[in-house]
Amino acid sequence: MLEARVASAIVPVAGELSPSLPVEARGLVLEVAGQHLIDHIDLTITAGTITVLMGPNGAGKSLLLRLLHGLIEPTSGTVLWGGRTLDGSLRQRQALVFQRPVLLRRSVAANIAFVLGLRGISDPTRCLEILRGVDLEGHARQPARLLSGGEQQRLALARALALGPEVLLLDEPTASLDPASVAAIEGIVRRAHEGGTKILFVTHDIGQARRLAGDVVFLNRGRLVEHSPARGFFTEPVSREAQEYLAGRLVL
Amino acid sequence: MQDLGAAFRLALTLVISADRDLVEILLLSLRVSLTAVAIGLLIGLPLGTALGISRFPGRGLVLVVLNGLMGLPPVVVGLFVYLFLSNAGPFGWLQLLYTPTAMIIAQTILIAPIIAALSRQVTEDLHTEYAELFRSLCVPVHRAVGTLLWDARYGLLTVALAGFGRAVAEVGAVIIVGGNINHLTRVMTTAIALETSKGELGLALALGLVLMGLALTVNALVMGLRGTAARLSYA
Repeated sequence: MLEARVASAIVPVAGELSPSLPVEARGLVLEVAGQHLIDHIDLTITAGTITVLMGPNGAGKSLLLRLLHGLIEPTSGTVLWGGRTLDGSLRQRQALVFQRPVLLRRSVAANIAFVLGLRGISDPTRCLEILRGVDLEGHARQPARLLSGGEQQRLALARALALGPEVLLLDEPTASLDPASVAAIEGIVRRAHEGGTKILFVTHDIGQARRLAGDVVFLNRGRLVEHSPARGFFTEPVSREAQEYLAGRLVL
Repeated sequence: MQDLGAAFRLALTLVISADRDLVEILLLSLRVSLTAVAIGLLIGLPLGTALGISRFPGRGLVLVVLNGLMGLPPVVVGLFVYLFLSNAGPFGWLQLLYTPTAMIIAQTILIAPIIAALSRQVTEDLHTEYAELFRSLCVPVHRAVGTLLWDARYGLLTVALAGFGRAVAEVGAVIIVGGNINHLTRVMTTAIALETSKGELGLALALGLVLMGLALTVNALVMGLRGTAARLSYA
């Protein structure tokens, strides 16, 4: 029931557009104050799976996500989406959910209305439909910032999905949430995936990665250590860093 | 020196009897200063917000100048407006000198920089929070400015209040360009200055008390509104 509602709330993007996947990083470097925070990453992420970006704190997961989404400029190297460099029109077909939800100081419904308004859509019914998809319909008129942490992240997720993105990028969206909220968020993400949205999910939570991942990109100290299908990664990680990380040992 | 008690009684009598001259002066004060605040907001808010979200070479210098303009001496502003509006000045043909319009112009020049500088701070803080979201959503600049102004509106109320406080309390500019003409350009502050110079200290003090009462009332109203907003986490 809920799934059907979410599916109906997500608008497919017009088919004539050139595909925005795969996303390729070529020789990606981000250097700040002499330190290579992202260190020559070559990576190709294809459509169809939930890709989990994993690694210890400071591995560069969030930075890589921001570089891919074009929020920060690399020192060198390129990011290509469907063979093209990222521009505004491509980014408009993506959506990013932050670790700490950035909500406008408005009502819950107004937060959704804002992004719909960016595409010239003014439709209160659609707003409520989208909110129903994340079980927030009853909070529509409340100030968004008075929601609980889990509700705020659900709202941020609903807002990200409101425009039916082809790619959904999530930066540790459940890092500070309780298990019930985590389950709700994962459920919404999974449904978006089943609806055809490409998911790039950053997490350092191994359990969460196991639950969601189709393929895993494992980073350590700004370098790409391993990129493999989830099944192989969790049973037989190739790299020593990934083996130690999965075994719960500190990766240094 | 008349005592404060007598001044209080006189102030009360003037207010309770709704003295016609007092009401006229009070209303003109409000009209001039509120209009100046309104125009100052129209100029200062978009300017301040644009500065708050943009980065360009020389921005630091612009901010220094803008912050410096917050301390414009009213008499100097009055003098400049006087020079521009006097018959010999470039805008003399408008015949605006010694009219409430001239006073509004002078006060607007005084407070627009204050509003721009303070709103720059308020919107810049909010923009720090919204910036990545805006970039991710490809929000166009004019839309970003509008969104920041709307979402910061309760914080900006305090900015408007600062502008109003400055405008309604200043005497230097309005006395030069308005001339303190009875029934035409006499406002609270110029009336107080006049009564003081005439030695009518009691009346001056009474007018001063009314002016302070006015300022306190406006402040209380705005702060009440802001408090409500803060409880809703909108501020």
